[in-house]
Amino acid sequence: MSKKIFSRPKYLKDAAFHYCPGCGHSIAHRLVAEVIEELDIGKIAIGVPPAGCAVLAYDYFDVDIAEAAHGRAAAVATGIKRVHPDKIVFAYQGDGDIAAIGTAETIHAANRGERISTFFINNGVYGMTGGQMAPTTMLGQGSTTTPGGRSMIRDGGPLNLSEMLGLVDGAVYIERVAVNSVKNIRNAKKAITKSFKVQMANLGYSMVEILSPCPTNWKMTPVEACKWIDEHMTKVFPIKVIKDQVGKI
Amino acid sequence: MNEKVLMSGNHIIGEAAVRAGCRFYAGYPITPQNELTEYMASAMSRLGDGTFIQAESEIAAINMVIGASMAGCRAMTSSSSPGISLKQEGISFLSAMELPAVIVNCMRGGPGLGNIAPSQGDYFQATRGGGHGDYRNIVLAPGSGQEIADLTAKAFEYADKYRTPVMILQDGMMGQMMEPVIFPDPIDPTKLPPKPWTLDGADGRPSRVIKSLLLDPLVEEALNWKLFERYEEISRAIQASETYMTSDADLAVIAYGTAARIAKGAVKRARQAGLKVGLFRPITLWPFPKDSLLEINKQIKNFLVFEMSTGQMVEDVRLSLEGAGRVHFYGRPGGPVSTPHEIEGEIRKIYEIRA
Repeated sequence: MSKKIFSRPKYLKDAAFHYCPGCGHSIAHRLVAEVIEELDIGKIAIGVPPAGCAVLAYDYFDVDIAEAAHGRAAAVATGIKRVHPDKIVFAYQGDGDIAAIGTAETIHAANRGERISTFFINNGVYGMTGGQMAPTTMLGQGSTTTPGGRSMIRDGGPLNLSEMLGLVDGAVYIERVAVNSVKNIRNAKKAITKSFKVQMANLGYSMVEILSPCPTNWKMTPVEACKWIDEHMTKVFPIKVIKDQVGKI
Repeated sequence: MNEKVLMSGNHIIGEAAVRAGCRFYAGYPITPQNELTEYMASAMSRLGDGTFIQAESEIAAINMVIGASMAGCRAMTSSSSPGISLKQEGISFLSAMELPAVIVNCMRGGPGLGNIAPSQGDYFQATRGGGHGDYRNIVLAPGSGQEIADLTAKAFEYADKYRTPVMILQDGMMGQMMEPVIFPDPIDPTKLPPKPWTLDGADGRPSRVIKSLLLDPLVEEALNWKLFERYEEISRAIQASETYMTSDADLAVIAYGTAARIAKGAVKRARQAGLKVGLFRPITLWPFPKDSLLEINKQIKNFLVFEMSTGQMVEDVRLSLEGAGRVHFYGRPGGPVSTPHEIEGEIRKIYEIRA
């Protein structure tokens, strides 16, 4: 008799991802959907995807989805959560969305301690628009708008949004993870689970930053991109718990 | 009947909104509308079942309203001219996603930071959509404290009925001035008709998406035509205006809001001098009350449009009349408030030209 050991998560629609080969979004989507299923919150979950590569998240997540304008997910999620405090509201945003055009909304949602979970996909580049510099692009890293690589003098350095949020009172749990290896993926899932649990326990704002490969815009193979995260990205964006006022939950 | 009370225009909007079942307000401080924000802070705190958020920006405020509207709540934000400019992105998104919301613009002198004096310089922005894309907003322009209360209730009703943002367009004078008002009985928001499109979790129903990204041009076109047809329906259904002493008039002054009150004084003075002048006051600025204007145009062929701007609504007057009348204009942009005497002088000039 055969035993089923792997299947599509209940809250992922039966649709093929449009994401490029080797992109971390597909993994992050799957992890979020798995956790929603495991915590049995699919019937009360409302997701707020960004403008960016993940704008089409509504094609994949089989939960209620509110599409936000570029950078405004935290504000839209705030409005939803305040009206429905008993639902589980999550924002899913890329680096340009959350750490450039939406920085203010993010910091102030965190400061108010909004009971939302934020998943921040950091791949150091504006993917959907074709590889421009993101707030998280590394110094020296090439992009279509940083000829010769990102320069401190011309462009400023990479922005550590998670560390900034660690200073904000209303944020109770901030962790940076990655989806570039099996071990890191397993840890990422634990962090996503914890973020949802923080919200379910009504404890405050939480965010999981997910370092995510973008082989297309990094002009690497998927394997090289995963390696690049370990060798370069984590030097600026270390994988760690940045703030945890919650402990075991 | 409820008791008559004396309140400022900004407070009237707040109380009328609460009575209309508004249970979500997000705003950002800007003069001359702060009394409304403050009123909502205290009202929501008192009610217990409402949300007030002092947002970090106008942009955040309108996006919070978007979220609350998606969640099915009657929601409102307010600001004054520069802040309304910042909200335009959100208003475009509300229109695209067919979301109800009420936005109050307590206009001040502009462009730029301008000043805090009453002005009507945002007419184009309000009636032409303001943000990007091919859409319209319902725009209501109250002319008295009582009408502020009545139109605030209507704003929420129209927003829900037509699933569109509705703007209440007033100015600093309307907002600050205290007038007597009788409020309607409060609506219990839990008794409002259910909205079968809101996001509250896919429990026992398929999951829903509220979005405005329509990559297929044919799908986007279909949305635009759908909105267009709704705008046509709104144009037929809700045009509103007031006429004053027009039945025997040979000249009508056309003005809205504060300007209309000044114009009414001028009309009274001109009448005392024996001039057959009336007043036409648009109450809905979009849809522009073309039908009733054309009705008085059967008899009246001379018009004086008076605005607290260099001339914006005058374009709608001309578009409505299509040449069937002589349209004069008098305006004071940037904040100065004309006197009835001043407008009477403009009326007399027209009679002198004709004499």
